[in-house]
Amino acid sequence: MLLSPAILALIGVSAVVTALLLLASVFAVRVLRHWDIRSGSELQLRLERSTYLISTLVTFAIAAEVVALLLFVYNAEGMHTQFVGAMCATGVLNVNAWGWPALLLKIAVFFAGSVWLLLNRLDNQGYDYPLIRLKYGLLLVLLPLVATAAVVQLQYFLNLNPDVITSCCGSLFSPDAQGVAAEVSSVTPRTAMLALYGSGALVFASGAIYLWRRRLATLFAASAAVAFPIAIVAIVSCVALYVYEHPHHHCPFCILKSGHDYIGYWLYLPLFTATALALGVGALAPWRHIESLRTAVAADARRYAAIALAGFVLFYAVATWAIVRSNLTMAGTWW
Amino acid sequence: MSHFLRRQRYLIDFTLASLGRRKGKNLGLLGVYTLIVFLLASVMLFSQSLRREAGLLLENAPEVVVQRMVAGRHDLIPAAYLERIGKVRGVAAKYGRLWGYFYDPAVQANYTLLVPRDQEIKSGEMIVGAGIARTRGLGAGDYLTFRSAQGQSFAFRVADVLASDAELVSADLLLVNEADYRAFFGIAEGMYTDLALEVRNPQEVRKVAEKLSVMLPDTRPILREEILRTYDALFQWRQGIVFVLLAGSLLAFVIFAWDKASGLSAEEKREIGILKAIGWETADVIRMKFWEGALVSLGAFLLGYLAAYVHVFFFDAALFAPVLKGWAVLYPQFRPQPFVDGLQVATLFFFTVFPYTVATVVPIWRAATTDPDAVMR
Repeated sequence: MLLSPAILALIGVSAVVTALLLLASVFAVRVLRHWDIRSGSELQLRLERSTYLISTLVTFAIAAEVVALLLFVYNAEGMHTQFVGAMCATGVLNVNAWGWPALLLKIAVFFAGSVWLLLNRLDNQGYDYPLIRLKYGLLLVLLPLVATAAVVQLQYFLNLNPDVITSCCGSLFSPDAQGVAAEVSSVTPRTAMLALYGSGALVFASGAIYLWRRRLATLFAASAAVAFPIAIVAIVSCVALYVYEHPHHHCPFCILKSGHDYIGYWLYLPLFTATALALGVGALAPWRHIESLRTAVAADARRYAAIALAGFVLFYAVATWAIVRSNLTMAGTWW
Repeated sequence: MSHFLRRQRYLIDFTLASLGRRKGKNLGLLGVYTLIVFLLASVMLFSQSLRREAGLLLENAPEVVVQRMVAGRHDLIPAAYLERIGKVRGVAAKYGRLWGYFYDPAVQANYTLLVPRDQEIKSGEMIVGAGIARTRGLGAGDYLTFRSAQGQSFAFRVADVLASDAELVSADLLLVNEADYRAFFGIAEGMYTDLALEVRNPQEVRKVAEKLSVMLPDTRPILREEILRTYDALFQWRQGIVFVLLAGSLLAFVIFAWDKASGLSAEEKREIGILKAIGWETADVIRMKFWEGALVSLGAFLLGYLAAYVHVFFFDAALFAPVLKGWAVLYPQFRPQPFVDGLQVATLFFFTVFPYTVATVVPIWRAATTDPDAVMR
């Protein structure tokens, strides 16, 4: 293992976040077992107070996980000098089999956590906490996810051995290679772009329908859930190539660097935010029939849907702009 | 949105006023917090800039160095090896290098003698590094006499002193011409200290090294990237060790923060009670306390980081340099180049703000859920 401060920090954060969620889960189990909103007993009063602790703990935990996700990528980028053949974060994540799963699990934690927070926010607006059992039940699902992410990350760092020869992004994403990462780039740019704009159209259509008609929230969430992986695939197999102006450089992390005008942040931040909010709309909308939540659902889901749509607009606009302004011309080869 | 922002602004306003009412306690906390950030940030900035410096210095080094090994020891390499290497595809240039160490009993330090490739030095002259010039009080035109390998004394005239901007490597450097070097150390014509190969394409470096080890089995090729990697690992490891050592103080700080947050004075409790009595909700009190923590953290982080920046880049990291740099008699004086990156700041954030926040969550919640009547009674 490498004893670098960033790795120590990441391991520490994952451990502490897991511990925080464990603490929250202990309270959550108590709430699940004894919650009775009509009761005025001392126990119920204590449970109601503990809900504040749980939401604060989870909010802190998720916020920490978001920053840790960034740190994880920065750290992978920073370590590339220490591995033979690794030229950027991709090579470092590829050093052992745990790298990519660790990153994907961290992303999953981000989405699950943000949906939970949106749900929690909604529930706190209802005077009778109608979703409390669902919420704390979901918290018990979130805990193993976070714990798994922590363990996988620990395995990744423990198995980092600076002498292993790793393939850098060039050979990793070369279309005839095997493995998950290779699958992503062997999608032809043409298919990727069709899928990107197709899923984008679906997101916009369902989002617009939701905003106007208050219908099909689930479709909106589902199309965002589909659009997100497609967008990532499209970045790897096409958009990034135009950013680098190089027909074989597929790395999804190098676009975060200053040399490419930090365009990666303009792609990833709106994409992640919009997807999380769209998933939130899907999670919120089914509760619009509950009396105490009706106005809250209407206001929140509408706002989230609007922000999510704006985020998607920004993402697709930046992606398109990156392709249009690029000096790379692949007309005749790809199109 | 503006409602939300206004609400936060009023909360911050209130929090600042409330912090100001308990100056002693909060300044104490801020001081300790700042010190913790300062310690960690100093270590980080300094070792980061050392890594960077090493990287910058090696930028112009040859990609491959070939050393001859005899019985596992580094030995002189015959010039004939250059012909034996012949033409390796991808090698842009190859040449022999002459360098070595000389122990000067007068200052009890080792000098590095080197024959420069790109610089003509007249016979009997030399160019000295700033470190040597400082220690021996030399300037251009002075003479310096050494006792050679054969026991004769050699007097060199100092032609120039090297600029001090690359002092990390040139502090103990002496540049002489080839004939003087060979005469001084008694090295026969046709022998070199090692061979250097320049390879333009970084992807071919490993292949070239592989070919060399087959062609010249009694040599070892050393790659520039290997050296860089080793430096990187070394400095990161040192940094990690210091961080682990500082973990004790970090833990102490966490306990201190916990204690401060949970040990609310009667006055503070009364304040929370009154706030709740006039209609603040538990969530509002938590929010206020959150802002309190955020303001203290932000203040401490900025102050500590700034102090560390000044310490490292203006005072040469006087507190940590001996541990992180290593030690030598002719130690270079060097000003690390100011350099800050996101990875550092995010890591530092997790080592300081995160533990503080975690330590204060439960005490904050306890304070926020107290009943107004219980504390005002």
